[in-house]
Amino acid sequence: MSSEQKDTVTTISEDVMEKSSSRRSFIKGLSLAAAAGSAALATGCIPTANAASSEEMKLRWQEFFKKNYRLMNQKEKEDTVTRLERLAKIQDDMYVQVGHEAPIEKVLYGYAFNITRCEGFMECVTACVKENNLDRKTNTQYIRIFEMEPGKLDPSTGNGAYFHKVPVDDKFYMGTQCFHCENAPCTKACPTKATWKEPDGIVVVDYDWCIGCRYCQAACPYYGRRFNWGQAEVPKEEITTKQHYLGNRKRPKGKMEKCTFCIQRTRKGRLPACVEACPTGSRVFGNLLDPDSEIRYVLKHKKVFRMKDELGTEPKFWYFID
Amino acid sequence: MSTRSKRNLITFFTDAVRWNIKGSISFQIFRIVLLLFMGLGIYAYSYQARYGLAVTGMNDIVSWGFYISNFTFLVGVAAAAVMLILPAYIFHDPDFHRVVIIGEGVAVGALIMCLSFIMVDLGGPLQAWHLIPGIGIFNFPSSILAWDVLVINGYLLLNALVPAYILYSHYKGREADERKYRPFVFLSIFWAFSIHMVTAFLYQGLPARPFWNNPLMGPRFLASAFAAGPALIALVLAIIHSVTTYKIDRSVFNKLRLIIVISAIINLIMLFSEIFKEFYFPTHHSSSAVYLFFGMDGHNSLVPWIWTSICVNFLATLVLAFNPGKNNPKVLLPACLFLFVAIWMEKGIGLIVPGLIPSPLGEVVDYLPTWVELFVTLGILSLGITVVTWLIRTALIIEEHHQRDTAE
Repeated sequence: MSSEQKDTVTTISEDVMEKSSSRRSFIKGLSLAAAAGSAALATGCIPTANAASSEEMKLRWQEFFKKNYRLMNQKEKEDTVTRLERLAKIQDDMYVQVGHEAPIEKVLYGYAFNITRCEGFMECVTACVKENNLDRKTNTQYIRIFEMEPGKLDPSTGNGAYFHKVPVDDKFYMGTQCFHCENAPCTKACPTKATWKEPDGIVVVDYDWCIGCRYCQAACPYYGRRFNWGQAEVPKEEITTKQHYLGNRKRPKGKMEKCTFCIQRTRKGRLPACVEACPTGSRVFGNLLDPDSEIRYVLKHKKVFRMKDELGTEPKFWYFID
Repeated sequence: MSTRSKRNLITFFTDAVRWNIKGSISFQIFRIVLLLFMGLGIYAYSYQARYGLAVTGMNDIVSWGFYISNFTFLVGVAAAAVMLILPAYIFHDPDFHRVVIIGEGVAVGALIMCLSFIMVDLGGPLQAWHLIPGIGIFNFPSSILAWDVLVINGYLLLNALVPAYILYSHYKGREADERKYRPFVFLSIFWAFSIHMVTAFLYQGLPARPFWNNPLMGPRFLASAFAAGPALIALVLAIIHSVTTYKIDRSVFNKLRLIIVISAIINLIMLFSEIFKEFYFPTHHSSSAVYLFFGMDGHNSLVPWIWTSICVNFLATLVLAFNPGKNNPKVLLPACLFLFVAIWMEKGIGLIVPGLIPSPLGEVVDYLPTWVELFVTLGILSLGITVVTWLIRTALIIEEHHQRDTAE
């Protein structure tokens, strides 16, 4: 394994094109015509003459037959992100960096939201849309902010579509997103294990393994998941190019996606975009296993509660009051 | 039909095709119309494949729509074949023995439609192989959807292979060996209940959706299926009786009526029980039911739909129960048709869509299928009807020959 890894680092680019695993050598044996035809099918449209470069076809063919991310070894992970980067260059003329950083050891991410402080500016929503390359056409948003009446704590009683100057007197604001449940109903529902909880607690989706049945979306009690009903559209100059395989990379149409606690940032020790963008400091993110972390301070010293606690989903997302 | 000595598996299939492409002018026109509808469906689906499910009426709140509604209902139609299989094979009821093959044909057609509805609903149909154990990952036993894939394909196999064996034996001019197929018949009876219970559990197992998270779901699925399915089979039998030489005895219809009435009454009792629970002391878990029956926040597209369904269901059940025409087909058959449509309305859209509205965060939207969904559905229904006519035509010709041979 380790010698293979060393080997890989030096010759990644060659590897993708030349060397083959046993599966790929099987694929190689198939005729190029079949490859071209099936890869065209794989994207659901007939390629135009100029798009049908044999390199692109070959990459798409290899992408089509790759494994579930969780079953890939280190080399296979490196191969697929190299292919994805190359495809982004060929198809969209974009230089992107697709990472596959593994979870950091002894880290379990948790999130807390201060309902006393939030004033509903929605800077977090904007930052999230930008960071995660969310579809601008249908205005996809992972984060929802609800304007709440005093005396209520259930967002379903609040107004999630407010459009006026904030903050409003006698109202408070509550944000929702994927709560990364420890006992997540969505991962239990998935028929192909295309969504799972990572060791650092982040619930992720393998976009290329998902078959788009949307059973996880029906199973989520928090409206935490979003589906790519069509191909997402993001203006080229607004694309965040630092990406992660399980995070903000380009999603194919017909696949599920969701908040990943900005896995492309947090696995490098940075904060999620929403936390960084919040002007009121209402959002707290950190390592639940670190007794000195801010999130542990909040859990210890503040009055906290979780949404729909009675369902036993154990969200790693707490609301708290100052 | 080729001479008996030369008959083998190949002539079995060629004969089946030959019988099916022959037929009267009106039969050919019927086939061509079905073909046209399938063409429309393929056109609509290619449009959907190109632009994604965005061309349907579904969205992140109503994430399952017309396709899954029809799938759910048709699982019931498929399961209902057991109401013919049970008396025919286990109790050796001579009336049902003559028509059981038709029930099985309807079940196979319904299952093919179910699988097609699932395929067109997938966002990534080309990734469907990820479900196949061995080359993909099958999340069994955790995912109820994985169970559903298993039971529906298994039931399709059982319902195709048992009749195929019997027909092939009859085609070869000999009796089918009951010892060989009887275990599979028993298995298919349990399996019929399981496909419908598992499909109900698909919804019932979601605490996120209080409208579905209801222990009555499974039993009610069975009751409504055993009303709607035999109602459809009665209609198919009536058509066969009037357009072919294969005559169906009046007593079959009388027995079917009894099955339909009992199931329909149980279904209505359970419906009443559900409505009582939702409205005697409404909680926030009742909001889907409130949306369905009375509308919410100005959204009420399902209100006329569900009340029509319940009224028609109730009236058709009354007609079938009190039998005013004394088993007159001119009264019974329309009642069966109305009951079938009413249950389709309620157990399709009336069950799936309100389960998703309001969203878990309380947002209310309306859902309307687009032309793409309607045409794809039309195409799949035509495919199902085509499959059923092919199977039944083959089966009836073989059975007629066989019955003539054994009578000689």
